[in-house]
Amino acid sequence: MNKAKLRTTLTPYLFLAVPVIIYMIWVIGPMFYSFYLSLTKWDGFSAPQFIGLANFRRLITDPVFYTSLWNNLEWIAVFMTIPIVMGLFIAMSLNRDIPGSKFFKACFFAPMVLSLVVSGLVWSWLYNPGSGLINTVLRQVGLGDLARGWLSEPEVVMEAVITVAVWRQVGYVMVLYLAGLQSIDRNLIDASHVDGANAVQRFFNVILPQLAPVTVVVIVISIIDSLRAFDLVSVMTRGGPFNSSSVLANYMYIQAFNNYRMGYGAAISVVLFMISAAFIVFYLTRIVREETNG
Amino acid sequence: MADTRSFSPTMRAVLFALISILVLIWLVPLVVAFITSFRTNEDILTNGFLALPETISLQSFADAWSRGNLDIYLPNSFIITIPSLFGTLALSSLAAYALARFKFKGRLAFYFLFVGGTMLPFQILLLPVFRLSDALGIYDTYSAVIAIHIAFQLGFCTFVLRNYMMTVPIQLMESAVLDGASELRIWWSIMIPLTVPAFAAVATLEFTWIFNDYLWALILIRSSGKMPVTTGLAILQGQYVQDWTVIISGALMATIPTLFVFVFLQRYFIAGLTLGSSK
Repeated sequence: MNKAKLRTTLTPYLFLAVPVIIYMIWVIGPMFYSFYLSLTKWDGFSAPQFIGLANFRRLITDPVFYTSLWNNLEWIAVFMTIPIVMGLFIAMSLNRDIPGSKFFKACFFAPMVLSLVVSGLVWSWLYNPGSGLINTVLRQVGLGDLARGWLSEPEVVMEAVITVAVWRQVGYVMVLYLAGLQSIDRNLIDASHVDGANAVQRFFNVILPQLAPVTVVVIVISIIDSLRAFDLVSVMTRGGPFNSSSVLANYMYIQAFNNYRMGYGAAISVVLFMISAAFIVFYLTRIVREETNG
Repeated sequence: MADTRSFSPTMRAVLFALISILVLIWLVPLVVAFITSFRTNEDILTNGFLALPETISLQSFADAWSRGNLDIYLPNSFIITIPSLFGTLALSSLAAYALARFKFKGRLAFYFLFVGGTMLPFQILLLPVFRLSDALGIYDTYSAVIAIHIAFQLGFCTFVLRNYMMTVPIQLMESAVLDGASELRIWWSIMIPLTVPAFAAVATLEFTWIFNDYLWALILIRSSGKMPVTTGLAILQGQYVQDWTVIISGALMATIPTLFVFVFLQRYFIAGLTLGSSK
């Protein structure tokens, strides 16, 4: 290979070198190191001690693990339905000439720029049992029986936290669908008018199929975000009362950084990773198909 | 395109009413926060939230700012966010250029590495990054948080920038090669200027994400003097357990920088979200 040829072959690798090395050290490497840590007993101070699959054996008999897993599944189930239906409904409604649609869009979008910490604090105040808005209003309108400790009663706490997540998520889904609606083929819609389809038929047979690629992205994002859920739980309940609002990400944090059971925490994170990996692989294979088809 | 125009006037009125109600519900938390921050705790506790405020007071803002240490936390957020943002944009534009411009072995593999990484649950990285920061002697410094933000956000930025760069006509670069320009020169004076719209979108989004980060600051920063406003607010919450006016005023002040994004850069923020979700 001559010198000029060598230079052109090396160029892309030179551009990639620094970013890839940093990515390997802080992201990809740590991921594998967590797998190793999940097979150890480690308190964070002394050296990790290899104990095989003991952490995982303990995990499958840990009731809090199941509560957390169940709560993550509930989070996914809610995210796959309410924000998607609402986001699509709002996008469809605001995509046309409704007066003030720009203002409406901004209102749904606003919660997204707030940090989860701020959202969690504001909602904790709304949920405050004594003087928070929700109970105050319920008592004022004679529904005082419904007033309760929204964040202190195990029966409602998870739903109360997920509500805040939904409040933020709807705007996100709306934005993605609004973009998707821009690229819908006008001719097909006109043709459906000619064929005498009504609005409902048009929605299910013409519009929804064309939005399918957006819907796939929305579903993947919803699942990944549900599995990442941490900030709201950490700020609003710390997983309580009695672990009833624990999610896997929070349980991992509590075990590793509050109880110093770092090996056990790593095992929880590996389970979390395994669930996410299924969806990451699904998403990547879609991209492979698109890339190879040009 | 949704065609509400084919709906009857009644149908449209119903739709408008429905959306208006939803919007009102959506605004309740923000309005409540705003009102709370200008009232005093005693007033709310004695007269109830729905009563008209006795006085309008800025005291809780002052309390959150000085006694609640927001005067330290808020600048810290910028000290962390700005280098993270520039670092990740600079490095990802290099990686994106390589992946968009050249055909070489492992091109798709590198691309997948970045795309796949963006979707990882953070928990799988917490312990190793905590240990790594400790080993490097940067635990409990700004650098620890900046480093992980730069590294982690590389994935998303590279993904978006690479896809945008793919749309730049190759002839532009080929003719520069014929003129004897180096690749580094082409990257800097042809590719970067042509990618400004994507940079604006990604930068707006990343500013908001990094500024709003809570988890990494929680793991990597222990001294309250170095905390950004997110973990700082969690401390404030513990400090003023029952004084919600101070907590909410602090939360609102923490929101001002991202509010700026909302008001002035919303277009770019939305463009970033859309770019990030499409291939």
